[in-house]
Amino acid sequence: MASSNLIPAGDFRSSYAADTTIFPTSTSRNFAILGVALVCFAPLVLTEYWLSILIQIGIFGIAALGLNILVGFTGQISIGHAAFFLLGAFTSAYLSNHLPIPVFFAIPLAGLVTAMVGLVFGLPAARLKGLYLVIATLAAQYILIDFFSRAEWFTGGSVPAMANPFSIFGYVLRGDRQYFYVVLAYVLVSYMLVTNLMRTRDGRALVAVRDHYLSAEIMGINLTKYRTLSFGLAAFFAGIAGALYAHYQLVVSNEGFGIERSILFLAMIIIGGTGSIMGTLMGTAFVVLLPEAMEWLSMELKGGVIDRALQLNTNLTFLREIAIGLIIIAFLVFEPDGLAHRWRQIKAYWKLYPFSH
Amino acid sequence: MEHALEVRAVSLRFGGVRALTDVSFSVKAGELFSIIGPNGAGKTSIVNCISGRYRPTEGQLFYHGRDITGMKPNARAQLGIGRTFQNLALFHHMSVLDNIMVGRHHLLKNNFLTGSLYWLTGARREELEHREKVEEIIDFLDLQSVRKATAGTLSYGLRKRVELARAMALEPKLILLDEPMAGMNFEEKEDMARYIVDLNEEYGMTVVMIEHDMGVVMDISHRVVVLDFGRKIADGDPADVLADPHVKRAYLGEEDELLVDPDDAPDHPSASEHAA
Repeated sequence: MASSNLIPAGDFRSSYAADTTIFPTSTSRNFAILGVALVCFAPLVLTEYWLSILIQIGIFGIAALGLNILVGFTGQISIGHAAFFLLGAFTSAYLSNHLPIPVFFAIPLAGLVTAMVGLVFGLPAARLKGLYLVIATLAAQYILIDFFSRAEWFTGGSVPAMANPFSIFGYVLRGDRQYFYVVLAYVLVSYMLVTNLMRTRDGRALVAVRDHYLSAEIMGINLTKYRTLSFGLAAFFAGIAGALYAHYQLVVSNEGFGIERSILFLAMIIIGGTGSIMGTLMGTAFVVLLPEAMEWLSMELKGGVIDRALQLNTNLTFLREIAIGLIIIAFLVFEPDGLAHRWRQIKAYWKLYPFSH
Repeated sequence: MEHALEVRAVSLRFGGVRALTDVSFSVKAGELFSIIGPNGAGKTSIVNCISGRYRPTEGQLFYHGRDITGMKPNARAQLGIGRTFQNLALFHHMSVLDNIMVGRHHLLKNNFLTGSLYWLTGARREELEHREKVEEIIDFLDLQSVRKATAGTLSYGLRKRVELARAMALEPKLILLDEPMAGMNFEEKEDMARYIVDLNEEYGMTVVMIEHDMGVVMDISHRVVVLDFGRKIADGDPADVLADPHVKRAYLGEEDELLVDPDDAPDHPSASEHAA
């Protein structure tokens, strides 16, 4: 990792334990803790609108994290991620509505159910690669979405399914200000789990499968197991995120979770940086904030020449899609390692300032 | 002495191409064994059969008396067969340390559940224990200065050494080295030869090595097998093998003008005298 070059002079590691910490330096760890502490105060100062944006970043960030395990770390590909997200949402809504399971437990259970389904759809990955796998996951997307619109007992069919609000020991959490902390807790735990995963045996095995599957197999790694496992893990986090989304929106429907949402998830990890855990969150924030930025931009330009030429107000939604597409292309060309890489560059720059090398 | 490896009448065909024809040899436990032969002789093919990359069309492979012919490669790693590759096959985006840690895969017990819960399940303690073993290998191969470097950024000679380290981390009883010294300068070759002898003598590993540098092969191997066009043409003591007329013709390029087919004229002492 590039960051290892930036350990300050005189910072010597005298034990292997000290050399395996998550944060490279104590300063970076303290900054992270400070950052989380500041975010904890967000509901006290931010408006409902900005809170809802933070909640969206958190929820989609968890789903994108799962996709990054699959695409970034294991080198597989999926364009059916949104379907697993939706499966988690419907499952959690179903469990908490039709069975006597409190929402508190329904969310992780929905994650597990989605993981099981993910494992099944991951089985083709043992044999398929590249474009062929893309088509197999595309099938997963359509099969699941079709299932949701037909299985009325499960989803309510054409009527959106209702989900109960999150409650803990009989205390019902209402509104964004309270739900924010639920999402925050899930984000912290998810990112912590994946960070740990990636520095232990199975995480290394996943990356080994991505980097050189032939020698991974010679090293004793069962390719079928780990390729399938990566689908299970990706689906698990998609399911958790979907469940959180269900109990946030309190209503679940097929609307807005087609293939374009799956591709948006891919956009998040490409922009953030495939194979980077923190990059996932940056990419998600970028994709969630982009429409807001577009909106703001169109307000600024209102009445000007550009507004009249493009009719910003009426065409905003289309322009937004175009902008997202252009930005993905721009990232692929100019910043293939994503925001995470740029962030490391910036850190390196300030560390060495005013010297460039 | 027990046979660590027995190759019994192995043939390998890809469609009409005969990569190996009826190759048999055995390697004793604790031996440093070399496979030599001209390019395209089938050396890497036989190593691929032993490590499980290819499955022989005919014949059988025994590892310490156990039939491993149809076994999957990852299962062979667990039995204690490790290997390096001719063309570098490192995990390019991982650090050197992680590359070597991957070699410990079958020795580690933590999985995605216990690994994710790191502090609560003893995964941390286990990882640190194995880190210690990996550091021993890093010390042995002098990789201290690059342990945190990304494997893909290293020089060729270093990458070869990291690959050896990764294979060693498996704690194999039998290690297959596919051209460990290809493309190295004289000093790097000397170092590598020393490491290989140490692997054999200090760590007690049975070594099967493919190598083109005849000087090294003659110096360090206990026994040699020679392949040509997918057939075994000789095996035995390095000095005896070198003196073998078939080997001279096939590998060292002598007697080419005579165009004597070794299969037509077996054990013809006059031919080799003539050349000498």
